Amino acid sequence: MTRKNRRAAFIALGLAILAGAVGLVLNAMRDNIVFFYSPSEIAEKALGPGTRIRLGGMVEKGTLKHVGPTTVSFNITDYRKTVAVSYTGILPDLFREGQGVVAEGMMTPDGAFVADTVLAKHDEKYMPPEVAAALKKSGRWQEGEGAQPYVKAP
Amino acid sequence: MIAELGHFALILAFAVALIQMIVPMIGAHRRDAGLMGIARTAALAQFALIAFTFGVLVHAFVTSDFSLSLVAENSHSTKPLIYKISGVWGNHEGSMVLWVLILSLYGALVAVFGSNLPDHLRARVLAVQASIGVAFIGFILLTSNPFLRLDPAPFEGRGLNPLLQDPGLAFHPPFLYAGYVGLSMAFSFAVAALIEGRVDASWARWVRPWTLGAWTALTVGIAMGSWWAYYTLGWGGFWFWDPVENASLMPWIVATALLHSAIVAEKRGALKSWTILLAIFAFSLSLVGTFLVRSGVLNSVHAFASDPMRGVVILGIVTVFVGGALALYGWRAPLLKAEGMFAPMSREGALIVNNLLLTAAAFAVFIGTLYPLFLDAMNGPKITVGPPFFNMTFVPIMVPLLILVPLGSLLGWKRADLVAALERLMGAGALAVIVCIGVLAFVSKGPWLAALGMALATWLVAGAFFELAWRTGLFSGPFAQTLRKARHLPRAQWGMALAHGGLGIVVAGVVGMTAWRQELVTALKEGESAHLGAYTLTLEKVGMRQGPNYEALVGVVHVQKGKRDLGFMMPEKRRFPVERQEKTEAAIRTNGISDLYVVIGDDNGQGGWTIRAYENSFAPWIWAGAIIMAAGGLVSLTDRRYRVGAPSRARARSLPQPAE
Repeated sequence: MTRKNRRAAFIALGLAILAGAVGLVLNAMRDNIVFFYSPSEIAEKALGPGTRIRLGGMVEKGTLKHVGPTTVSFNITDYRKTVAVSYTGILPDLFREGQGVVAEGMMTPDGAFVADTVLAKHDEKYMPPEVAAALKKSGRWQEGEGAQPYVKAP
Repeated sequence: MIAELGHFALILAFAVALIQMIVPMIGAHRRDAGLMGIARTAALAQFALIAFTFGVLVHAFVTSDFSLSLVAENSHSTKPLIYKISGVWGNHEGSMVLWVLILSLYGALVAVFGSNLPDHLRARVLAVQASIGVAFIGFILLTSNPFLRLDPAPFEGRGLNPLLQDPGLAFHPPFLYAGYVGLSMAFSFAVAALIEGRVDASWARWVRPWTLGAWTALTVGIAMGSWWAYYTLGWGGFWFWDPVENASLMPWIVATALLHSAIVAEKRGALKSWTILLAIFAFSLSLVGTFLVRSGVLNSVHAFASDPMRGVVILGIVTVFVGGALALYGWRAPLLKAEGMFAPMSREGALIVNNLLLTAAAFAVFIGTLYPLFLDAMNGPKITVGPPFFNMTFVPIMVPLLILVPLGSLLGWKRADLVAALERLMGAGALAVIVCIGVLAFVSKGPWLAALGMALATWLVAGAFFELAWRTGLFSGPFAQTLRKARHLPRAQWGMALAHGGLGIVVAGVVGMTAWRQELVTALKEGESAHLGAYTLTLEKVGMRQGPNYEALVGVVHVQKGKRDLGFMMPEKRRFPVERQEKTEAAIRTNGISDLYVVIGDDNGQGGWTIRAYENSFAPWIWAGAIIMAAGGLVSLTDRRYRVGAPSRARARSLPQPAE
């Protein structure tokens, strides 16, 4: 092989690997992205059961109940629409009524939501950006709520 | 008063960095030794000033000076001392001060140990390094002043996020930053070389140890973060493909590629401009990572109070440095002449394949991490890209690379004999096949892919071993000769074997965790039992315990395996009254091959407690392997070819000599 050919061979190999990577990424994109919705959007969209989604909003106060030995239920709300959620397992440390939460799972045919993952990675100083955006959209956002730094009472 | 001195020192450091950025650059252009000499003095002064600033901050945290807003927001007088200190970087402002401290430390190291660098190169490297310092010190002074006072000062602070009050996380940021910022050295060398318009073998030799050091620190930092997530988040996972984790993984992948391409640049004088490009990318991805975690676009424990202004400024800094470096690259890179011939079947050929695959892997992670943010910024739908995406992209790209690792390191430079290399790996191949068959025959549960995964892990570990065995003549000569050869084997060779073998152990851990982990979620009343695999877990008692700054709900779980009594495990759920937060403390018992992992949850309202337990097969191997990889980096770093001022002396000393 001449020097030029070798160079061409390496470039071809590089392009082949790049094309392979792009193919893998596009293929994985098709099936493996999870959309984020607020309770209002779920009401509008009429999602079929079996679609994996993320549902975000506030945990409605006074709705957290133990419904089975290891199963809890609570409502997620954006103050317009509310979705009942059930979850089996241990809730994350930062889960609290009246605060933001993101649940991942599927809708059931009767309009409830079965979560297999609950994320409440926030504290009093902070709210998940998706939740803040969903609340803003539903018109229930108050400036100074959550995302503002240091609003916590001492 | 002390705090004001700290602030003042930081302002001085900014001024010094400004001088260090401009004067030596002019000096190098004019070949003026006096102007170039300023770079060393300025680098040392800059480091001393920032070290003073950092010391002032540590002092304020240790003495709980709540008149400083930062201390009041993030500390508390009852916090244990270690978390008072780690609280310095457990917040945005303090962590940025740590960032510039490490940056200036690297600059100072070049000033002290870089005496064998040509004057003009050293001056330019330090000037580029200073420009990064100017940007980030300026950022701190303008948007994130850590020395803001509160008047009146509160009597007590608000405490530190309990998730951060943890030994694993206390030292995770310094290591991670040492890695991130360490890549700035490779960046500065790359930009300096572009300005000079030439890259030679000695340039690559200077870049390698810095990259290796940064890579080692980054490996330790990522492993610590993953270990922390494993034992504190209560899910027992080791990697979540969270954007914040990916932000540290991307620079690591590119740094790994850079490490390998710099070898080709040094030994064969080829891949020069590619190496420079990788150096730019590695640090750019560090900056992107800093932007992602510091700007508040991501939601995580790293997202301290978010301030849109800061995000905009960091994005500006990222744009200027990445754009500037790439523009310079586009302009100057054609000047770099490639030397050396390439045979596809050679070590350099194998290293090119390594680089292509690593770059492709970094690309997949990059898309998966940034595409959702990009969509969001375009007001598109909000999406998340989870582990399935990465399993379908990252894994298929990495597997061929892992298969090639033992082979590549056995190929010689220029023109290699593939058959000879394969012969040397016959033992490793045989072991891999035996493990594969063994797993298929004796482990009934789990997917059959796990057998191939374990075979791959064995291939890597055994490959590293058989390479060392071949190089020392373990199976072909008398033992005394092997010992002598082993002593003379370059440290870099040992380091590489450790790193590649450690990688194999990580692979075994990941495969074991993915294929064979078992989970149990149940509710137990006191005295009740549940089964997990061969284990019987009995919740004997639930009680309360008082900690230094928390109170804990403690479950006493009696563990038996068959008839064997394994004693008690005590998972806790800690409540921090000051921070008004809870933190799960998992109980973990390891036997070196698998972990038993028990978490206690809430009272379920029916007299029982939620218990979640896992048997995490091969979990400890993940971190053990990562630490072995990092140890490999350290061992390589002690290779005398890297030693400061080594080139001439090393040649003299490589004559036969008594053992050191």
